[in-house]
Amino acid sequence: MATQDRPLSPHLQVYRPQITSMLSILHRITGVGLGAGTLLIAWWLIAAATGPEAFDTAQAFIGSLIGRLILLGFTWALFYHLCNGIRHLVWDAGYGYDLDSVTRTGWLVVVASLVLTALAWIAGYGMRGL
Amino acid sequence: MVEFSLPANSKIVEGTRHPAPDGATNTRTFKVYRYNPEDGKNPHVDTYEVDLDTCGPMVLDALIKIKNEIDPTLTFRRSCREGICGSCAMNIDGVNTLACTWAIGDIKGDVKIYPLPHMPVIKDLVPDLTNFYAQYASIEPWMKTKTPLPPGKERPQSRDDRAKLDGLYECILCACCSTSCPSYWWNGDRYLGPAILLQAYRCLIDSRDEATGERLDDLEDPFRLYRCHTIMNCAKTCPKGLNPARAIAEIKKMMVARTL
Repeated sequence: MATQDRPLSPHLQVYRPQITSMLSILHRITGVGLGAGTLLIAWWLIAAATGPEAFDTAQAFIGSLIGRLILLGFTWALFYHLCNGIRHLVWDAGYGYDLDSVTRTGWLVVVASLVLTALAWIAGYGMRGL
Repeated sequence: MVEFSLPANSKIVEGTRHPAPDGATNTRTFKVYRYNPEDGKNPHVDTYEVDLDTCGPMVLDALIKIKNEIDPTLTFRRSCREGICGSCAMNIDGVNTLACTWAIGDIKGDVKIYPLPHMPVIKDLVPDLTNFYAQYASIEPWMKTKTPLPPGKERPQSRDDRAKLDGLYECILCACCSTSCPSYWWNGDRYLGPAILLQAYRCLIDSRDEATGERLDDLEDPFRLYRCHTIMNCAKTCPKGLNPARAIAEIKKMMVARTL
């Protein structure tokens, strides 16, 4: 039997989600999300430069419930990617590889990203008034 | 290449059920991946109910019991049954480990057993490790020297230099780490993977080896070394408690250091 006919053993289908790989794929997903979010900001800036009508349209969308939810996700993606990026920087310097540190810094990044997101939104609403 | 779903010939179907013997009170259900290259059928999962009162404590004990008493066609690799040969590496309860050192009692619910992930399957729990071994050969895992042998016919090593090999020489090349690595799943044809890179670092850091520069030249490649994205599944799953991710990071540091 030719070797290329051999079946491929299951991988994602059977591997139990690990804190290590889940946070890693989250880093990549938030990275892609930041790309999309940057387009949103670019659109907002271009609208502001175009004129009051275009700016109103952009403002209305971003200020809507869906717009705010997207912004909330964008803020969290930014803080998660930032915090986990620092974690990667520490790794690249050669530190924090033992499993205890990996688990601890992993959860730290998750909690920190949520706290920073909450703070950013509290500050945002505080400055703007509800 | 990233491909999330299994190819058509690899999709898993329901298999046969082997009930526990009459009178067994302390039974456990084992769900085992089966593939027979000779019947032309897709892989399937067979269910075995094993009487734990007459079974040893480890997952390998249960597999041997199944093979001896229930289904002699079950195929798997095993040898030392004490975690030093690496033969019985497989995916148990969702993580890669050695069947001989993983206790049945530590698993909740049904015991699910699959071959090492994202590998060509020869039969049942036996994966084809040809590529893995070829990658091992490609790093030329032996001491390379240029200077003549000192008198006394041995190359001495200080205690400190010897200590640098701790956490590396213990690797048994069971392939648990490499086959737990998503990067290796998607790019295993070109990325060396954690096990082989740990072995490469073991040669790089050995004070007696004199081919450091050439070894680093060979590794300096977007795929061979740099497909490691510090996912860390390797260290999480290593049944010997080693840390391939750290070894890879040290290689990356050596790459930078030599350009300074």
